[in-house]
Amino acid sequence: MDRGKHRLGRGVAIVGAGMSAFGIRPDVTNRELFAEAFADMKQSVDKGFDQQDIEALYVGNCGAEMWESQSVMGNLCADIIGLTPRPARKIEDACASSSVAVRDGVIAIASGLYDMVLAGGTEKMSSLSTNWTTMALACGSDTAYEGSVGFTFPGLYATMATAHMHAHGTTHEDMLQVAIKNHNNGALNPKAHFPMTIKQVMEMRAAKAKEKGGAIPAWADEMEFLNDPRYNPVIAWPNTLFDCCPVTDGSACLLLVAEEIAREFTDTPIYIIGTGQASGHDLHDRDTLTAIPAAKNAARQAYEMAGVGPQDIKIAEVHDCFTIAEIMAIADLGFFQEGKEAATAAYEGKTTRDGVKPINVSGGLKCKGHPVGATGAAQMVEIFLQMRGEAGKRQVTTTDIDLALNHNIGAHGTTAVVQIYERR
Amino acid sequence: MKEIPFTIASFNTFLSERKLMASRCSSCGALWLPPRPICLTCKEDNMEWEELSGKGTLVAFTVIGVGPMPMIEAGYGRDNPYCVGIVQVDEGPRIGAQILGVDVAHPENIKIGTPVASDFVERGSWHFVEEVAKARKTYLAFRA
Repeated sequence: MDRGKHRLGRGVAIVGAGMSAFGIRPDVTNRELFAEAFADMKQSVDKGFDQQDIEALYVGNCGAEMWESQSVMGNLCADIIGLTPRPARKIEDACASSSVAVRDGVIAIASGLYDMVLAGGTEKMSSLSTNWTTMALACGSDTAYEGSVGFTFPGLYATMATAHMHAHGTTHEDMLQVAIKNHNNGALNPKAHFPMTIKQVMEMRAAKAKEKGGAIPAWADEMEFLNDPRYNPVIAWPNTLFDCCPVTDGSACLLLVAEEIAREFTDTPIYIIGTGQASGHDLHDRDTLTAIPAAKNAARQAYEMAGVGPQDIKIAEVHDCFTIAEIMAIADLGFFQEGKEAATAAYEGKTTRDGVKPINVSGGLKCKGHPVGATGAAQMVEIFLQMRGEAGKRQVTTTDIDLALNHNIGAHGTTAVVQIYERR
Repeated sequence: MKEIPFTIASFNTFLSERKLMASRCSSCGALWLPPRPICLTCKEDNMEWEELSGKGTLVAFTVIGVGPMPMIEAGYGRDNPYCVGIVQVDEGPRIGAQILGVDVAHPENIKIGTPVASDFVERGSWHFVEEVAKARKTYLAFRA
């Protein structure tokens, strides 16, 4: 039995997209970050729009209860941008919160209820110490059986990494190549948390060592630097510091409208032609630890709805919260075969900005930063810019980006959202 | 034992008695660890408790230096890391737990496939609020 049409009731397009600067932002709270993203989004709408026409707000937020001791993030974001009394809601699905928020906005427009909604997400994470942030993030695991026995988020992905290494011979250097690639991209993104290549980080650390008068480390290249445990310590073996995305504050949002009115706002709307979402088990109940079943399921839904396949996608923003996560993502999405092909794709230049399948040209979660409740929407902001040729120095120029995809994982794969975008 | 509900609290009470208990579906025979009230295979809610041998095999793991608060309070940290992993018990299902008796100073020497046996450790509870977190609880572990 397979009920449902698995199609949108009508088409939906993105006509505006914006994000705050990502980074450590002690000066602002979640709602102010969201207002910053909203202001950025407003100036992206080519022909302008009347704010009164926004009919509802969907805000992804993972854990303001923990990081800010503040719930009700939906109405606070509505209030600060002057959207009250429009209906506003907060959506929480860990690191996929904002993709789910956007997807719910898409579904609301497709249903015919609204013509225009604002959707996005926000997260302020720097307010807690590393220990408490580790605890807050681990609340996204199944705390009855995962967090409470000692798993952290770097630890859950590290566990998948050891399974991947055992099954496929994947090496830690394969994983670190993903970090090198994504930092090469993010170095060109002025909104990234760490807009630097790993080579630049390495040179900075060497200069600092010299300044302190100590022995100057003589690393031959980035990989040698990354293999130096004094500078790249283990967080959860085999995950080192540079395998992990940073703890970041940031917001992002999109203006979604019904397809039939999209050209009132811009001559180049970006259409959402496929959307898929799935849930998944705890690690222990999965059939595999070397792939994320929910991501495969969400991808299949999105491809079927869009009527395209992995070979048609020109660029993708994927959920690289840890380096092994990108290696699994590009296989789960069908871009590369699970195992050696996916594990070595970054090293072989297949996923670099000028490669056959550019992945995470924004810098990814790894370099751009991962304010968990804003990440999915921020992936879509990058896709919006890239598809319209507005991504500045990091613009992909080797291919005409008529089809793109984002892949956003909630927690360790207990939620997955995959969406496909078209420029006509 | 059918009168004991198939809850997380029941599982934890069994752990405090040093028993590793699973739920077996009386309708289709599927075995669930951690125990579930509803069978994922046949969707029936017709479970019975079953004690497991506690013997199993390590199928994936990590060694953590930066743990969540209950592990920090138990004395773990960068200078005293701990191993957690996924264990497949001999009866079939898998579960996550702390792994004791492995060389945490050299994770590259820890082998997937290592035989392990259940053990039980006491720690504070998982909670942001101190008055809840301070309650001692028994957690599942496995020893290599």
